[in-house]
Amino acid sequence: MAHHLELEGIIQRYGKHTVVNGVDFRVDAGSIACLLGPSGCGKTTLLRCIAGFEEIAAGEIRVEGRTVSRAGFRVPPEHRRIGMVFQDYALFPHLTVTENIGFGLRGTRAAERGTRVDELLATVGLGGQGGKYPHELSGGQQQRVALARALAPRPQLILLDEPFSNLDVDLRERLSHEVRDILKSQGITAVLVTHDQNEAFAMADEIGVMADGLIQQWDTPYNLYHRPANRFVADFVGQGVFLPGMVIDGHCVEVELGRLESKVPLECGQGCGTCGKGCGVEVLLRPDDIVHDDRSGLKAEVLHKAFRGADILYTLRLTSGAEVLSLVPSHHNHALGERIGIKLDVDHVVAFKTPTRAFPPRGVTPVAPVHFSQ
Amino acid sequence: MAYNWDWGVFLQPTASGDDTYLGWMIYGFKMTIGLSLAAWVLALLIGALVGVLRTVPNKWLSGIATAWVELFRNIPLLVQLFLWYFVLPELLPESLGNAYKQSNPVVQQFLAALLCLALFTSARVAEQVRSGIHSLPPGQKNAGLAMGFTLPQTYRFVLLPMAFRIVVPPLTSEFLNIFKNSAVCSTIGLLELAAQGRQLVDYTAQPYESFIAVTLAYLIINVVVMFGMRWVEARVRVPGYIGGK
Repeated sequence: MAHHLELEGIIQRYGKHTVVNGVDFRVDAGSIACLLGPSGCGKTTLLRCIAGFEEIAAGEIRVEGRTVSRAGFRVPPEHRRIGMVFQDYALFPHLTVTENIGFGLRGTRAAERGTRVDELLATVGLGGQGGKYPHELSGGQQQRVALARALAPRPQLILLDEPFSNLDVDLRERLSHEVRDILKSQGITAVLVTHDQNEAFAMADEIGVMADGLIQQWDTPYNLYHRPANRFVADFVGQGVFLPGMVIDGHCVEVELGRLESKVPLECGQGCGTCGKGCGVEVLLRPDDIVHDDRSGLKAEVLHKAFRGADILYTLRLTSGAEVLSLVPSHHNHALGERIGIKLDVDHVVAFKTPTRAFPPRGVTPVAPVHFSQ
Repeated sequence: MAYNWDWGVFLQPTASGDDTYLGWMIYGFKMTIGLSLAAWVLALLIGALVGVLRTVPNKWLSGIATAWVELFRNIPLLVQLFLWYFVLPELLPESLGNAYKQSNPVVQQFLAALLCLALFTSARVAEQVRSGIHSLPPGQKNAGLAMGFTLPQTYRFVLLPMAFRIVVPPLTSEFLNIFKNSAVCSTIGLLELAAQGRQLVDYTAQPYESFIAVTLAYLIINVVVMFGMRWVEARVRVPGYIGGK
């Protein structure tokens, strides 16, 4: 499939401050991409560059093969035919819902416009509400109008800037699935910006995790969670802790809790495919990697617990003092301070080279290896 | 101190005998309204334009607009009036200046007063319009542009319809001010309401009646303006929006 949107070496500065520092990515036609990152990482700036609200300092942006931005050149936003959905919806308060949606359809005949607006109202589930004014609608309804307005001129590319951040959690999840279905059914390419990973996971085919003006990893949601490219991505996406470990061989690493056998070869950093015995690493342990088992000989003390309905997220302290997280079905309700049995259930090992510290770090006492089966 | 109240004074013929004192008051009342309304229309037109220009990205245009505002709102109204009335005719080319000075003095006074009030108020209207536009979320402009509208079209269809609605209440007070400021024009001899009040005192020695009448006349004007603007406000109200129902 053709690349619909291509960014190459994008650099953007505000004064001396470099906000975007060399970003490349490509989005296929009809797919939904997401820029995910903490606030201030440059993701919104990047979106504004794609929309044409800002000039870029270096690099090139192409839409359907046509250059729309490069240093010193910018196709103005009104000539890009890119739909945009804003964080605050930016509906026009003095126009009715129908007029808002029909706003971008200037130049089409009234009858045609009416049909298109009705069609979109039905698509976003707001049939019969066309006569209302934006401020008479709820937040979720306003967001649907904003989407319908952006879709009305049939853009090939649509940009969504934190589209659900003003909505409550329930609505956010439902609406993000709905919006995904609508975009997919119309075959529209979309780029979404968010700091909320659940939103990103629910909407996107591919996610670019951003930090410090750079894309740290461009991958599928599954790979971001299970095969993070670096410590930042591992930290930012999902929960988890890092435990110091020592590499035994290309598929095995030893941590305080025992030996971890990885189905895929260990890769603890770029160009480090030749891990030899004794290499110090930090091993990522997700809450679902540590399973509660009353019969296990390995015990850990309950430090903190967060009840989440179906399960409880336990923060456990190991003998060494290191802390790990464990996701346990909520009928296993243990008290704080209790020592509960745990075992490892790791499918593949994610490890990063220990940054600067010497191995083993202070406070880690060697424990007898515990063997476990895959 | 004994004061002889005499409300009948208004019906007495004036010294020249061709009018009553009430007639003088009505003349002044009409002059104040005519001058203020004309100046208000000019001030609105100029102020709206200058206010919009202050918000445009073009540095030159916004610079000129800023200079306009700072010039006209930082010189005292009375000084501006004297500049228009006494100084400007001297700055005109000699033949034109002389012709102007020989024209009807009431026309001269009216033109100077009109320019003065209109330009002074235009700077204040411009500030209100500018702040109205700036009070809109930045997404509004971007949304307009993203929908394929050019910047002038975005102003016309997105920004100004909301900005003008937002500035109706502050403009009400500017509208009231222009009537009150027009009293300053009595200093160049324009026979508007305040000047007529003073003249009445000189001729009739009935200061209380004269100034109570003047006060009531201003009050009536302001009450009418207030209700008028309230009606405008209600007409342009956006359902559900702040200030709406």
